[in-house]
Amino acid sequence: MQKKWWKILSFLLLTYTIIGGFLLDVPHLSILNETIRNLYFHVCMWFGMMILFIISFVYSIKYLRSFNYKNDIYAKNFAAVGALFGILGYATGTVWASYTWVTDQGQSLGSILKEPKLIGAAIALLIYAAYFVLRGSFTDIDKRARISAVYNIFAFAMLFPSIWIIPRLVGSLHPGAPGSDSGNPALNFNDIDSRLRMVFYPAIIGWTLLGVWITTLKIRLELLRDKTLIHE
Amino acid sequence: MISRVSVLIKKDILLELRQQHTFYGILLYIASTIFVLYLSLPESPEANVWNSLFWVIQLFVCVNAVAKSFLQESRGRMLYFYTITSPVEYILAKLFYNIILMLIMSMVSLLLFYIFLDNPVTEGLTFTGIVLLGGTSISLVFTLMSAIAAKAQQNAALIAILGFPVILPQLLLLMRLSKAAFAEVFREGAVLQLAGLIGLMDFLVIILAVILFPYLWKD
Repeated sequence: MQKKWWKILSFLLLTYTIIGGFLLDVPHLSILNETIRNLYFHVCMWFGMMILFIISFVYSIKYLRSFNYKNDIYAKNFAAVGALFGILGYATGTVWASYTWVTDQGQSLGSILKEPKLIGAAIALLIYAAYFVLRGSFTDIDKRARISAVYNIFAFAMLFPSIWIIPRLVGSLHPGAPGSDSGNPALNFNDIDSRLRMVFYPAIIGWTLLGVWITTLKIRLELLRDKTLIHE
Repeated sequence: MISRVSVLIKKDILLELRQQHTFYGILLYIASTIFVLYLSLPESPEANVWNSLFWVIQLFVCVNAVAKSFLQESRGRMLYFYTITSPVEYILAKLFYNIILMLIMSMVSLLLFYIFLDNPVTEGLTFTGIVLLGGTSISLVFTLMSAIAAKAQQNAALIAILGFPVILPQLLLLMRLSKAAFAEVFREGAVLQLAGLIGLMDFLVIILAVILFPYLWKD
């Protein structure tokens, strides 16, 4: 067990997130009400997913620069845990949507599924699903590592416009769409109530660290299994 | 370098002319797909449906037209190219050749759509421009996907799996942009903004292809 401190930090932050997230005071807005507490879980999942995908992307670049098999294992596992966070983001999102968009706003399932952010997230998950299908179609590990690194880099570079630009161009039920006065609560410091900020930012760090922690466990397991293949 | 790229493009065109069956095969694919659409639709579709159908057909035509660009190259021939040219020149030639091929196919399918499924387009010239832009975008992405799939020793199915999520954002933008040709009023500058965004993404694909293809090429 090396570098214990950030694991402890992750544990403390998540304990704080769960206790503080459910007990601290939150602003009461119409429609949202207490569901705003989901901010500490739902939005953090997407932050965690993006950060893990970015790490995976960086390791793919490192692989192509060094052809060190270790970097391929890193890239693969960060992508896998990132995809898991994406699925959890969907799961927490459905809970939130069912209490706000469905019950209070009466949105139909069709209009919710056409949400630009849902589409963006679906594209991200499809890309990483395709990444794993591609990996599965090779038997030669060096070739698999090289070709999948190329796909990972290409797909990631194409993913950015879809996730970050398109939702800003078209109307959306999420906050941050053009024409709404809600601003961008996820990234703009002024658009979010200070009471929420108290828990939100620690929660992002906590969940992301947890994601990295899970990934390092998977990586260590795989490194032990493939010990004979890695030449330092 | 430009001269060598153009020689490679000429080589591909020459191959196409010598093996005309593949070219006519794709033309037949377009014609029969649109004919099936024509028979399966009870009446001419309204503009929005027409637009969606058109772009989906474009996508499948492109998968079929571009798929063979790398799959057809035998191992020995790749080795030969490896000795006489650089990967950057090779991929650029493939990209441009596939753009040309896809533009021809786009025009054919547009024409067939007009014939079989009526013509809800009010701004013909704008729509033709958008179709050319879209054909370019789709063919660029699928050329690179074809290069990846060829390494995986897989059939065209893998190209679709790899390419569809990547092309989706651009395809959605294209469908949105096409509505400018269906008498939908956009706010001023929005059409150019969208077209510019798609153009930028095309440029990004070319740059990524040039950077990444050398890694695919080595074996």
